[in-house]
Amino acid sequence: MSETHKDYDASKMGMWLFLFTEILLFGGLFLLYAAYRHRYAAAFHEAGRALDVVLGGANTVVLITSSLFVAMAITALQQGRKVRCQWFLALTILMALVFLVNKYFEWTAKFQHGVYPGSEHLAALPQGQALFYSLYFAMTGLHGIHVLLGASLLGVVMAFVARDKVRRDDYVLLENAGLYWHLVDLVWIYLFPLFYLIS
Amino acid sequence: MLHAHTNTGGHVLGNRFLVGVWAALMACTVLTVAVARVDLGFLNVVAAMAVATVKALLVILFFMHLRFENSLLRWMVFIAFVILGICIGFTFFDLAWRP
Repeated sequence: MSETHKDYDASKMGMWLFLFTEILLFGGLFLLYAAYRHRYAAAFHEAGRALDVVLGGANTVVLITSSLFVAMAITALQQGRKVRCQWFLALTILMALVFLVNKYFEWTAKFQHGVYPGSEHLAALPQGQALFYSLYFAMTGLHGIHVLLGASLLGVVMAFVARDKVRRDDYVLLENAGLYWHLVDLVWIYLFPLFYLIS
Repeated sequence: MLHAHTNTGGHVLGNRFLVGVWAALMACTVLTVAVARVDLGFLNVVAAMAVATVKALLVILFFMHLRFENSLLRWMVFIAFVILGICIGFTFFDLAWRP
């Protein structure tokens, strides 16, 4: 019989170290946003009016609720309720899809108004407004990729739960996937007021 | 053989508690949208960032379980955010006093 020792504390610390690099990645972009907003305050204010607060607010509710679901999935597995855990993971992934569908409609509407990276309409706008939209697409786009990756990761963990590779007495992978998902929520908590509530 | 023990020291967050955290996050979301509709000038940004930071703390401390982790991890996360704060803060010392 082979002896396997898993260090759960180190596993979680490793995940947090990775999250620090993510925080610095988004932190750099937030810094860029702040610097340009300081310089082009009026243009940012004007450009922010065009964003849909209802869609942005709906996506905020969706992401916060998905964070609740993943936390409840962990609680369920800790209590040995495997099926319940799988249901909560499925709901979390569903919320991620709802978020992305919302984003799809939001971006499509922007594209139809000629607002997309590199468009002529964008180039004709005052520089501050063009910068606002460039940052909007770069930051919500990068965040959207994280939503996609996080949901995929949760899907993998869900399959592991089904095969008992992640189970009541060994669930650090679920916790780490949950940490990643909460980070996605965390970034959106700042993106929402900075882009949608600016006007 | 797998030497398994729960890595959170068997600490389980109750569903009722988690829903409470969720409700607080929802209340903050409503608050931030409401405050944005009132023109407070520069204070609008301050209020929006303050509410966002309260929300971030709720997510980090409870959903991400940091409140119940060991002190090494808690300090690591704290220092990471202090470094981010220095990075953003010092940039503004430069920007704000540029002619």
